[in-house]
Amino acid sequence: MTILLGKLAWRFLLLGLVAIGGANAVVPEVHRYVVEVERWMTDGEFAALFAIANAAPGPNFLIVTLVGWHVAGIPGAIVTTVVTIGPTGLIVYGVFHLWNRMRNAPWRAPVQIGLSAVTVGLVAATAWILTLATATSLQLAAVALATAAVSYMTRLNPLWCFAGAAALGGAGLL
Amino acid sequence: MSPHPPGAETRRVAGSEIPSDPEGALAPPPSPAALFLGFMRIAALSFGGVLPWARFVLVERRRWLTGDEFTETLALCQLLPGPNIVNMSVAIGARFHGARGSLCAVLGLVLLPLVVVLLLATAYDAFRDVPAVARALNGMAAAAAGLVIAMAAKMAWPMLRRRPWSAAPVMALTFVLVALVRLPLLPVVLIMAPIAVAAAWRVRA
Repeated sequence: MTILLGKLAWRFLLLGLVAIGGANAVVPEVHRYVVEVERWMTDGEFAALFAIANAAPGPNFLIVTLVGWHVAGIPGAIVTTVVTIGPTGLIVYGVFHLWNRMRNAPWRAPVQIGLSAVTVGLVAATAWILTLATATSLQLAAVALATAAVSYMTRLNPLWCFAGAAALGGAGLL
Repeated sequence: MSPHPPGAETRRVAGSEIPSDPEGALAPPPSPAALFLGFMRIAALSFGGVLPWARFVLVERRRWLTGDEFTETLALCQLLPGPNIVNMSVAIGARFHGARGSLCAVLGLVLLPLVVVLLLATAYDAFRDVPAVARALNGMAAAAAGLVIAMAAKMAWPMLRRRPWSAAPVMALTFVLVALVRLPLLPVVLIMAPIAVAAAWRVRA
């Protein structure tokens, strides 16, 4: 058990430190390690855990929590969660501390403005990829576009869109 | 589910400042407890991806950050390792209350979903084969995609209005490289970051 937890801790520590761009960027690597290298679960079991992490409210990186739980129960869940966000959290804290101390540096404004434009491009790309993956019928595409329009043009809580989409889907209309 | 009564956010908007942008004035800085509850609210709401909900709560409802501050913080968080939303909560927590603020924000973000996800995983065998459940999840996934579309538009619009010549090509090229060419994120950032900074520098000078 201790060896198993140690393995989990080491592997997910490394994964967390290279996870630039968030959880979805490292999912293929998690899959390779837990399904192909260690054979801790089947392909189908991994897919189910991934779907749950995405369907549940909260950050999608919780796939690592579920993998830890599947392999080593509650201690495994805690270990994978903490090593995935703890060390990177410290790095982020340090970087923002430095960043704020350089508030008046002449290069700061261009860096900030430039990187913001890259970020908008990345968010737009995520929107594109997610829409292609989920809008698999005309009705589902309509749900995506209607939600986008409501969210862009009103300050309505988006939860209403989700409730409507779930109700339409559950009733078999999508 | 809401830690505050409806309307609490709007009442706390600073009265002395005249809103200079359509999103209005900022609220006073949150306490550590408010950070914890605010991030817990983001986590509780966030079906299908956290970032649009984080923007909704932090910028549109709580008004702790302006839209620009949100985009700038996200820009730096995306360059650093770790899940973006966890990085965001560390940075925003630290901005208001240092290490204590970071801890409150991260715990607020993670605790509730951790429990929910483990309960769901324990229970999924029971209802994963019910077709109505699967179809409802499909509908919610499409709504989640729509939310990200709107977020991209909301983030893009103020930048395009202010700096169309430096921002638009960078946004478009980043989008093409990731969404259409399907390059991994790391090379895209390594290519685009210097171009983007140089463009912003030139246009400013």
